[in-house]
Amino acid sequence: MSTSSTTTGPSAPAGPSAAPPSLAARPRPGEAVIKVFLAGSALASVAITFGIIGALLEPVTHFFGQVSVGEFFGTHGKYAVLPLVGGTLMTTLIALLVAVPVGLGAAMYLSEYASRRSRKVLKPVLELLAGVPSVVYGFFALFFVTPTLLQGFLGINVGFTNALAAGLVLGIMIVPTVASLSEDALSAVPQAMRQGSLALGANRMQTTLRVVLPAALSGVAAAVVLGLSRAVGETMIVALAAGARKNLSFDPRDPMQTMTGFMAQTAQGENPVGSVDYNMLFAVGLLLFVITLVINIISITLVRRFRQAY
Amino acid sequence: MSSLIDQPADRSADRPAARAARETVQLTAGRSRDRTPTALLFLTGLWASLAIAVVVLVALILDTAITGAPRFDADLLTRYDSTLTPERTGFRAGILGTVWLMISTALLAVPLGIAAAVYLEEFADSERWYNRLVEVNLQNLAAVPSIVYGLLAVGVMSILGFERKGIVLGGAIALALLILPVIIITTREAVRAVPEEIRFGSLALGATVWQTTWRQVLPSAIPGIATGTILGLSRAIGEAAPLLMLGIPLAVRFDPDGVLSEMTALPMQIFFMTSQSQVTYQHAAAAAIVVLLVLVLALNGLAIFIRNKFQKSW
Repeated sequence: MSTSSTTTGPSAPAGPSAAPPSLAARPRPGEAVIKVFLAGSALASVAITFGIIGALLEPVTHFFGQVSVGEFFGTHGKYAVLPLVGGTLMTTLIALLVAVPVGLGAAMYLSEYASRRSRKVLKPVLELLAGVPSVVYGFFALFFVTPTLLQGFLGINVGFTNALAAGLVLGIMIVPTVASLSEDALSAVPQAMRQGSLALGANRMQTTLRVVLPAALSGVAAAVVLGLSRAVGETMIVALAAGARKNLSFDPRDPMQTMTGFMAQTAQGENPVGSVDYNMLFAVGLLLFVITLVINIISITLVRRFRQAY
Repeated sequence: MSSLIDQPADRSADRPAARAARETVQLTAGRSRDRTPTALLFLTGLWASLAIAVVVLVALILDTAITGAPRFDADLLTRYDSTLTPERTGFRAGILGTVWLMISTALLAVPLGIAAAVYLEEFADSERWYNRLVEVNLQNLAAVPSIVYGLLAVGVMSILGFERKGIVLGGAIALALLILPVIIITTREAVRAVPEEIRFGSLALGATVWQTTWRQVLPSAIPGIATGTILGLSRAIGEAAPLLMLGIPLAVRFDPDGVLSEMTALPMQIFFMTSQSQVTYQHAAAAAIVVLLVLVLALNGLAIFIRNKFQKSW
């Protein structure tokens, strides 16, 4: 700033380096091209979203030309979607009943109790759980959880495919999502709040449950909501272990078909492009996209609120 | 300024006398209160949560390995799928298809993802509405169900004019779209972790923003970018849902020889054999799962290793 005030005097043309304009970069057309390319790559992500909507909308308009909206959002019939939504709700609910306590417990341990060394070992183990392919979880649900754990060890009368096994394994699958995001939220709570609590004579359990957890609540809620969105959209576990029968039942021991399970089954069949069954694939896909979009927006809003707190 | 004042205070806290005093305080006040029955019960609950995660992982690996044990033979890797002799069925086509898919997915997703991340971190003005739109959109894309990406790839393939279903290119497009957000988000974090001083130093010497990015920031961020790319690819390896939408066949009896070649993938073959009722297919599926798990866990382990080994703290 001070140099600009000195150059206003008559001494400006005197010195050899008296050419402030030359400090401006030489025009570099190559770099302009690079910048356009980089910006184009970033915009590609927006193009993908519009691509998804476009790719789904065209077959969906055909579908609603062939099947009425009332029939699609009905409970009975070949093209009814509500039994699929019910199946999705059931498996997701069971998954959350597993993932929220387990994931939150793991997060609280890692953030409040674990030493640096044990955290260094335990966190990668959780991340490995997230790396297991979902088709492997599907196999595990079908050939271990149902026959060995549910029918054998717990003695529950369930069929070969059932919503319970699928939901339990779905829950295990989303534990890492819930745990790692919750841990971030819990760790972000300022140390001074913990020290204040401990100074008042609270022990670590009271500090964790009454000070740290409430302070991180919106971040923890965002983690749960993101886990929920994962569970709604997961395909392979439910396609293998939940069953292939549309069933608007509230008994988790029954086989049920979810939205993603239906899509997987329909895609395997030989439906010609443009047929009603083929177009219904896209109608269910669009519904799934809209549901997860709404859930994600809730999660993003919650994360923003939790970031602003400190 | 406050950090400068804090530092000597922190160091004094580590002097033996201060440490002893702190430990005494913990012993007399904190720790004993941690041993009440409720507190111990709570801690047990937390331990149990972690134990469940570890036990499931161990049970999954052991159960699959035991089920697949009769099929750990050379046929598993070298033979094609066989319905006539299911006890000798193999996953050659799926393994080679997965390799082809991975290479083409990486070629599509990695340059695009890194470019987008570099733009957002180094060039974009995050106050502008269109850049904010890109950010929110990326967060959303990261949580779009994978099966929806399969539908999108079906649309892209029909726009590109490919009539034939089940080819490598279609699968690669779906998987690349799927892992693009992962690569962008992790690359951004790696780039953001490079300290501003490195950029300022380079800019002060007269380098342009692009020269600074290419010669200073990107080389410093390579471990983080590599971690993100490997994690993205290891996610893509195990995905079967989008491939199912693309009509990738469940059984193929030839090696893929290009991006327009028809192919199958390891997770698809596992899915197919898991849904069969014959026990021999279950054994084959379990053995193939062990192969897939070795691949995926090796990639994950590599990513974790790179992150721990090369993580810089400036």
